[in-house]
Amino acid sequence: MHRWGMVIDLAKCTGCQACVVACQAENNVPPSNPEQAELGRSIHWMEILTFTEHEYPNVKIRFMPRPCMHCDNPPCTKVCPVKATYYSKEEGIVGQVDLRCIGCRYCTTACPYTLKSFNWYQPHWPAEMKNYLNPDVDIRPRGVVEKCTFCGHRLVKVREKAKLEGREFNPDEYIPACVQACPSGVLYFGDLADLNSKVSELSKSIRAFRLMEELGTKPKVIYLSEEV
Amino acid sequence: MEAKKDNLEQDQVLLNPILKTGKGFYLAAAILLAITGGAAFAYFKQFVLGLGVTGLSRPVYWGIYITNFVFFIGISHAGTLISAILRLARAEWRRAITRSAEVITVLVLFFGVGNILIDLGRIERAIYVIYHGNFHSPLLWDVTSITMYLTASSIYLFLPLIPDIAILRDNVKKRRWLYRFLSLGWQGTEAQKRRLEIGIAVMAVLVIPIAVSVHTVVSFVFAMTIQPMWHTAIFGPYFVVGAIFSGIAALIIAMALIRKAYKLQDYLKPIHFNNLGILLLVMCLLWFYFTFAEHLTTFYGAEPVQLKIFYAKLTGEYAPYFWSMVLFNFVLPFALLARKKTRTVAGTVIASISVTIGMWLERFTIVVPTLINPRLPTGISFYHPTWVEAFITLGCFAFFIFLYALFTKFFPIVSIWEIREGREKALAEVEERIRTYLPGEVSGEESG
Repeated sequence: MHRWGMVIDLAKCTGCQACVVACQAENNVPPSNPEQAELGRSIHWMEILTFTEHEYPNVKIRFMPRPCMHCDNPPCTKVCPVKATYYSKEEGIVGQVDLRCIGCRYCTTACPYTLKSFNWYQPHWPAEMKNYLNPDVDIRPRGVVEKCTFCGHRLVKVREKAKLEGREFNPDEYIPACVQACPSGVLYFGDLADLNSKVSELSKSIRAFRLMEELGTKPKVIYLSEEV
Repeated sequence: MEAKKDNLEQDQVLLNPILKTGKGFYLAAAILLAITGGAAFAYFKQFVLGLGVTGLSRPVYWGIYITNFVFFIGISHAGTLISAILRLARAEWRRAITRSAEVITVLVLFFGVGNILIDLGRIERAIYVIYHGNFHSPLLWDVTSITMYLTASSIYLFLPLIPDIAILRDNVKKRRWLYRFLSLGWQGTEAQKRRLEIGIAVMAVLVIPIAVSVHTVVSFVFAMTIQPMWHTAIFGPYFVVGAIFSGIAALIIAMALIRKAYKLQDYLKPIHFNNLGILLLVMCLLWFYFTFAEHLTTFYGAEPVQLKIFYAKLTGEYAPYFWSMVLFNFVLPFALLARKKTRTVAGTVIASISVTIGMWLERFTIVVPTLINPRLPTGISFYHPTWVEAFITLGCFAFFIFLYALFTKFFPIVSIWEIREGREKALAEVEERIRTYLPGEVSGEESG
């Protein structure tokens, strides 16, 4: 039994978007175009939200990387009529099966973080990028919902590897692409069920908060605020 | 046999739509089918390219199709529910209107369900709802409830049709095989009549809780989420009231059209419109009460996430929709229906058209403003439906009207045998019933 979770230290985020790019490449997230982006149809499993405070010249912009919260009490899995999105009790990950999804978009409306994306059209990649798609991740067709899976395919891969090598699986081997790519060490990843893990320790920080905790969704993404 | 023929002459006008079809019908059918064709083309485009051809986005994942879904399922409450209540209440004025109401229910349900299917990203996987159904999902409650409602109302439409189909079998030369098959060997014997009466009575009782459940679980699709101004306990009864409200309005419009097209002024009289107008007025007041209670509660509680949507509706970008809704659903119908002088055929029809528009707007202002104001801003603050959505919506209305008209060409839209029963039996029965209400007279049963 694991409860995979992420800690995001907002004090360190520079808004460089490396996590976003790494995620797009790792998970075959199709690139958007300006017209579709304007309509709010770009797909982002990981997105940097910006909050602008005060007026020029004292303007301050805050950045907030936003993956899926992987709630322990997810509002989205309950409402899915076909169990295309589900909560894995073994891993604590909220999964999304594109082959099952009927595209009703009930989960997208039920998610209080509005973080799920829908494939409005058939995804399209420029010719140069087509050879660089990740073979470990499905290409989602038009008409289905998708979202961050904490790079669940990587977990499967490291588990298989440990099994083949006849050894115990080491939780440190499992790192999502965004965590791996972050140059300023904003993102931490690990098992919240293990009380001695780095993420467990950080989650007890005085700066720690979860997004919309009051809704009772029990997110496993924990933010560390910029100031105490 | 002799008596039967005589009676039929009296109600000959009810068979006319089946016997003769004029130019007007073909012209109307051609126009309606042309609009439907436009909608089919629009849907084909959406099917091939994807839902990108709509105006939807993140966060407005649901738009006009879901509005239509709630609206059409609401309209379906016209028929079966009203007709069942009137039958159980032994309201004698029901006889001429129950059939036209029940047909609305059965037909419009397909358009409610159809809009959900049109809204699906991958319609070919719709069957997964049965293979892999998740009963935690309110959408599956909908599937269950609507399936039950469709089955029950189809039976409830069919049962009182049987004696009329037998009349058609015996008196109409066209489509004999169809009427012979559908009349199920009806001869009008006493035993058959008793069985039919029991069947209708059982279905009338059964269909009421099912109808209430249908629009309750439709509201649950929204109310079970934790989204602001959706997550409220008022939604169940609020939706049911709105459904009956819009249903009666649809029924009045349908009756007026039938009356005009088939010259049934003698059957659908001003008194019918007056009585339904009073029902519509009651629902209008109930609707206002619920709307008021809901919005005052939200305003007084003053939670920021709720208020954002509250103000989007009352003063913000959705204010034109919201206030038109209040005008069409309350101000206009109330003014027309509250006075006997304006509760005429024309008056109730205008009020009904107004309510139909108003209730569509109500569904729209429930669905969209909440979605467009999510807790985490996404930077999108608009939803402009595209021509595809508009065409499909128009097509739904056109095709529904076409199917309804088609029904009138196959079956009598006013129940012949029930009118006859009213003339032959009910007159005496009602007198007898009233006698039992009065002091002095002792009737058969003490408890009556």
